[in-house]
Amino acid sequence: MTQQATAANTEMIPVTIDGKETRVASGTTILEAAKHLGIRIPTLCYHEDLCVEGVCRICVVEIEGMWTLQASCTYPITQAITVKTHSPKVRKARRHILDLMFSEHYGECYSCARNNNCELQNLAQEYGVDEYRFGHPDLPIFNIDKSSFAITRDNNKCIQCRRCVRTCAEFQEVKALENVGRGNKTAIGTFLDKPLGEVVCINCGQCINRCPTGALTAKDQTDLVWDAIEDPTKHVVIQTAPAPRAAIGEEFGLEPGTPMTWEMNSALREVGFNKVFDTNFTADLTIIEEGTELILRLYKTLVQGDTSMPLPQFTSCSPGWVKYIEHFYPEYLGNVSSAKSPQQMFGAMIKTYYAEKNNIDPKDIVSVALMPCTAKKFECNRPEMADSGHQDVDFGLTTRELAKMIRESGINLPDMPKSDFDSPFGTASGSGVIFAATGGVMEAALRSVLEFVTGKQVENFYDHADIIPVRGFEGCRYVELKIPEEVGPVPAIIQHLVPDWNWIKGATVKVGVAHGTGNARKVMEDIKAGGKFSECHFIEVMACPGGCLGGGGQPIPTNLDIREARAKAIYAEDRAYGEAGKARKSHENEAVLKVYQEFLKEGPCGHLSHKLLHTDYTPRGKYID
Amino acid sequence: MIQESIRNQITFSQIAAAEGLKAGLQITPEALIDQVRESGIRGRGGAGFPTGLKWAFTAAEKSDKKYVICNADEGEPGTFKDRVIFENWADLVFDGMALAGYAIGADEGIVYLRAEYTFLREKLEKCLAERRKKVLLGENCLGMKGFNFDIHIHMGSGAYVCGEETALIEALEGKRGEARNRPPFPAASGYLGKPTLVNNVETFAWIATIMVKGSDWFRGLGTEKSSGLKLFSISGDVESPGVYEFPMGISVNQLLTEVGGRGAKAVQIGGASGTCVPSAEFDRAIAYEDVATGGSIIVFGQQRDLLDVAENFLEFFEDESCGQCTPCRIGNSKLLEGVRLLKKGECSAKYLNELCKLAETMQIASKCGLGQSSPNAFLSIVKHFRKEIFNREPVAV
Ligand SMILES: Cc1cc2nc3c(=O)[nH]c(=O)nc-3n(C[C@H](O)[C@H](O)[C@H](O)COP(=O)(O)O)c2cc1C
Ligand code: SF4
Ligand code: SF4
Ligand code: SF4
Ligand code: SF4
Repeated sequence: MTQQATAANTEMIPVTIDGKETRVASGTTILEAAKHLGIRIPTLCYHEDLCVEGVCRICVVEIEGMWTLQASCTYPITQAITVKTHSPKVRKARRHILDLMFSEHYGECYSCARNNNCELQNLAQEYGVDEYRFGHPDLPIFNIDKSSFAITRDNNKCIQCRRCVRTCAEFQEVKALENVGRGNKTAIGTFLDKPLGEVVCINCGQCINRCPTGALTAKDQTDLVWDAIEDPTKHVVIQTAPAPRAAIGEEFGLEPGTPMTWEMNSALREVGFNKVFDTNFTADLTIIEEGTELILRLYKTLVQGDTSMPLPQFTSCSPGWVKYIEHFYPEYLGNVSSAKSPQQMFGAMIKTYYAEKNNIDPKDIVSVALMPCTAKKFECNRPEMADSGHQDVDFGLTTRELAKMIRESGINLPDMPKSDFDSPFGTASGSGVIFAATGGVMEAALRSVLEFVTGKQVENFYDHADIIPVRGFEGCRYVELKIPEEVGPVPAIIQHLVPDWNWIKGATVKVGVAHGTGNARKVMEDIKAGGKFSECHFIEVMACPGGCLGGGGQPIPTNLDIREARAKAIYAEDRAYGEAGKARKSHENEAVLKVYQEFLKEGPCGHLSHKLLHTDYTPRGKYID
Repeated sequence: MIQESIRNQITFSQIAAAEGLKAGLQITPEALIDQVRESGIRGRGGAGFPTGLKWAFTAAEKSDKKYVICNADEGEPGTFKDRVIFENWADLVFDGMALAGYAIGADEGIVYLRAEYTFLREKLEKCLAERRKKVLLGENCLGMKGFNFDIHIHMGSGAYVCGEETALIEALEGKRGEARNRPPFPAASGYLGKPTLVNNVETFAWIATIMVKGSDWFRGLGTEKSSGLKLFSISGDVESPGVYEFPMGISVNQLLTEVGGRGAKAVQIGGASGTCVPSAEFDRAIAYEDVATGGSIIVFGQQRDLLDVAENFLEFFEDESCGQCTPCRIGNSKLLEGVRLLKKGECSAKYLNELCKLAETMQIASKCGLGQSSPNAFLSIVKHFRKEIFNREPVAV
């Protein structure tokens, strides 16, 4: 790709790799050139999402005329060279490097979360590791760090590729992980060697998705969920977020971007869950609550001159982002929507509304959430998330954990028949589905806000209601939308909050979208400096690249192609809702409207919804004692 | 005490402060670089890269900002000649740096001074202040309009690897001292991403000297591929340890005679990362075409146990590796374990061979010069003293 992209203005250099000749743009690495020629060079510290490090040395190759081997991932081709990717020297070196890694690697493949999906294990097989030439530890060297609700760190399996460090520092700009010590005492560590649960880690799990081994894993709770399922006194329900269904097929050998929504519903019942709900129901509810909050903020600030609810409003559905802003920009917590995330709204609704409606004692309900996300494990354990009088959500399961449970049940997911979600929450709207992609919450909110204000179908303004400008994978996006001059009546559901729309007609709504907290930081710094994002009214931030579809609980590996394929599946599903005549906008979701009639009678942002569906945040700061 | 460590006539004593700088500024930067090239001088820090070529590369880079860095990290075990140069001829070093600034088009020089040399700092700062007063530094240096070269000192933090030029630059930038991937080389992208020239303390002092005595004079000394004179730090089992000046190409035998080290069992040339030369090979020349050195010579008498030597060096590398790359981080520990097995007579011949092969991989697959050279001593000791180290086999496997 690099080759073509820059061909126009860069010198083309001839290169010969393993006897095959090609020309590449000056600066192309040997690894890229080899890939272009269809030649595989093994890598470990290299990851497409990250800048190169050149430390594992497994990708070394021999360049004619040079005595030392060169790391192909870092070596830029700037003059004609002849390269051998598998000479005797190279092969010996690679085997030595693996031997050295294994001389420090303590772990057993058969009990490892990454068994069969481990880059180290694969290379051991590829390079014929049949003995441990330089020894092998008999006992663990490091204690396993289980302090975090989300992430388990086992340094005994770490090969020090530093992908996690780069992910955390460069991609996420959190810097919870760092290289500590020197010499043979070098290791991956945390600030002052504190447990991960006590540092600025935002639980995003992005490090897990890029770890080549089992050194970083999500905290596994499947045994606890099995216990609940097997306990006859428990009513075990599961809500499933939209992103896992677009990715779980990968765990069963399907191409990225093969949706498994309806097959997964059947599989979940087969696994033993009593009810299978769609988190999109509360995604729709979130849009109503968060959208109403936005309208209130705008009205208060712009019309009433009341600055108690500052702008821009930030989304709050990504718990990684919430913890990020709590740590790094606590002075902006007032800007974060008080609406809970869909997971937590659902949790509160299940143990109140659903329990009441079905005559189940909420203490007998075990509420499980299938999420693409490791931060959800932390979120459901936040002490304030117990507004139902119980812990609102008991377990957050990742896509990977659920895949494991499905496999343990002897099910091959793609073979399952299709079935729908259970009532009373039913099938949600297409807007709920697109929550999984970066820009999705924004698009969903805009669909509803535009219809609220104009009283007209969004389709009048955007073909198929696809608000394309807020979509895409660019890290930080800034979009302006014009509110038409013609406004409609204020819908009944929020009539008590704003009298009319005259104050907003013809206005320009400015919105921002950022994904990955590294990009969030750019937006925050821009706001601090009074840049264009400071003029925004509403900003969506997702902690993970690509949004939830690139979440830390999703199948491994990850890269841009995989994330784009998942996004395609998600947008296709939203479209399919429209084609099947189902609702595509949150405020059209019948079940949501019914909840406001039957239960949250004071309407969005009313008293009960505040108690159950809204929350507040904890300023944490960068340093923790 | 310091004076005492100088053992013979050192050419630097003949050169006055600013003499070389004045001479160099008479000619164009291009001509100055040509002179450096013609002298044939190669870097005195150890790697022996042709200095004129390095200057030409850095000069050819187009940039609004360039840097000249003086590598005064002097961390190689057994070397102390840079310290002696700073104590006695600091002006020559600063002259050399200013000449480099003039030649490559840089206005900022940085001395990266080894933490252990903090005691030198005051003296050096005084010298720099003095030079500013005399307009040998600062705006319109020596009356040359637009040449505003100045120098400041940055203290190191005590890691051997920070002597490696790219790790040094990382440390200067406030990061963990770790070698960078190369290319790009500092000449193209160094400190803060700008073209940067890194030379050893001694290299700079010689440049100032060459400006006074001429490149032909320098070229006429030493050997064809290793021209000129060099300072050596001599330590170990000799009568008169200290700093000596010798022409490049001197044989080990000659050198031992000069320093009172005859009858030695072996000589470690190039410090811990150098090679161990056995007495049978004392006719070898100390030069880039034979055994190279940054100046550290450690002499081992007959009573020395070379496994102790290897163990000592490997302990050093096990700690001093920056720890980023696999071959060096783990490899040095494995070699060290092997040496300890040898000491107990518990290392099989097969395993020793495996370790030697591993050492060869470390030489070619490590990321920087540290890992690439750390197995040298081990390999040369195994090669030349196999009988001695393999003699202890009470528990042979
Ligand atoms: C591990 C390691 C340590 C080094 N330490 C020093 C040092 O202390 N002083 C030095 O001048 N060069 C040292 N070098 C060499 C430098 O990387 C660099 O080649 C040198 O400073 C260039 O200057 P020269 O060309 O004038 O020798 C070291 C290299 C390595 C690999
Ligand atoms: S990390 Fe990989 S090699 Fe290590 S135990 Fe797990 S699966 Fe096996
Ligand atoms: S979970 Fe996220 S924040 Fe925590 S260490 Fe991993 S990458 Fe960093
Ligand atoms: S924890 Fe994983 S990603 Fe991090 S350095 Fe170790 S092996 Fe690499
Ligand atoms: S060779 Fe050693 S010192 Fe050099 S980069 Fe590798 S680990 Fe660091």
